[in-house]
Amino acid sequence: MIWLAAGGPVIPTFGGRGAFACERANRLFCSDWVSRNWSSVLWPALRQHIVLTLIAVSIGFVIATALALLAYRRGWLERPVLIVTSILYTIPSLALFELLEPSFGLTRTTAEIALVSYTLLIMFRNTLTGLREVPAEVRDAAIGMGMGPTQTLLRVELPLAAPAIIAGLRIATVTVISLATVASLIDNAGLGVPILTAISNDVFKTELIVAGAMAVGLALAADALLVIAQRILTPWTRAG
Amino acid sequence: MHSFLEAFKFIGRNGQVPGDPALPTLVHLTLETLKIAGIGVAISVAVALPLGLWLGHIHKGSFVAINLGNIWRALPSLAVLAIGVAFLGIGLRNVELALVVLAIPPIITNAYVAIDTIDRDVVDAARGMGLTGWEVLRQVELPLGVPLIFAGIRTAALFVVSTTTIAALTGYSGSLGDIINNETSYHLSGVLGAAICIAGLALVVEVLLGAVQRALTPRGLRVTGAKEVQAGATQIVTT
Repeated sequence: MIWLAAGGPVIPTFGGRGAFACERANRLFCSDWVSRNWSSVLWPALRQHIVLTLIAVSIGFVIATALALLAYRRGWLERPVLIVTSILYTIPSLALFELLEPSFGLTRTTAEIALVSYTLLIMFRNTLTGLREVPAEVRDAAIGMGMGPTQTLLRVELPLAAPAIIAGLRIATVTVISLATVASLIDNAGLGVPILTAISNDVFKTELIVAGAMAVGLALAADALLVIAQRILTPWTRAG
Repeated sequence: MHSFLEAFKFIGRNGQVPGDPALPTLVHLTLETLKIAGIGVAISVAVALPLGLWLGHIHKGSFVAINLGNIWRALPSLAVLAIGVAFLGIGLRNVELALVVLAIPPIITNAYVAIDTIDRDVVDAARGMGLTGWEVLRQVELPLGVPLIFAGIRTAALFVVSTTTIAALTGYSGSLGDIINNETSYHLSGVLGAAICIAGLALVVEVLLGAVQRALTPRGLRVTGAKEVQAGATQIVTT
């Protein structure tokens, strides 16, 4: 694959040309480098990473939820959907990005298609399981109160399945954040860019550690946010 | 489609590119990938399985076992590899360390949950029959926990295969990822051929481990149809 150094941000001082001893010595962490490169390298990469993730998770959520609702009504759909999404989930990211490249080029579309395909299995399975685990009595009570299928779904089944749905959303989100670092190979955006630049730049340690830690931190933060969202959206689960 | 045709020709030539005789063969790189991944999985199983089983057996450490699984998912493999390179430099040591870091949590979490969630009545009955703690684990809990325990190992193994190829991006040479990282020598056809091989390798590993899992599962626990597919890529859903 292409090396990203050519298109990526230039690191001006590493490798003996700069005036900063810490960077010339390639120590583990040079705070000077971080503060000088935050606004030009690290922050843009983080922002791109968040955007990549949000797009992929949103599209994946819509597709997976639609498939789960269909499979909930038509049981025979479950098996084919599970087989296809399991295969997509199994293909290693590096391979999937490359396999999509001839059709969609080195573009964000390629990256997003691959990222979306990794979210489907997780969210489909969780949503379907959540819907199926709604107690039959509760469903019967809703029908007995005169609710139609749509009303039952929106007001009873989906709210009761919410914890499972959000659990799937959590796993899908951190998975996408993880794989989006590899996606930088394709669309030259996200936190993978500084990582790959640092490798091609004689293994510049500060950049490796900071960009790696930012990717881990982003995933942990997203996970925590979704936990909070779940607590707010499903207050009844806290009682137990 | 033309590029895919060329990719299959590349696979047919066992990874050789006309005019470039010094390239390693596809078979060699595939075996190397399996070797690196195998070492990683073996170390992880040796460390994580006893720990997870033991924690599940004594029903302690749920906080650690469950949260380890959650934190693990938040670890991007490229980031773990990158941080490893910063500390250890480029080499097999760094790759194996990253593989083990990424493979241990799902094995511990699944083994813990598998044993911890076994019906207490069954365990009590076994104790009532006079089985010792070790015998309960060996004869009752382990067989009943096989599907979940093995699902953890499968998840870990897939993750390890995938990460082994990504290691090429961090400068480690000696896996199928090398080809993807070297389009200059291999051209698009070689890169695509390698991607097909990697995808195929992962699917084969998944299917083979699935077969082993079914063989190890006690007959009474075997499930068929959609449930089996579901158990395939099982990741424990924690809320």
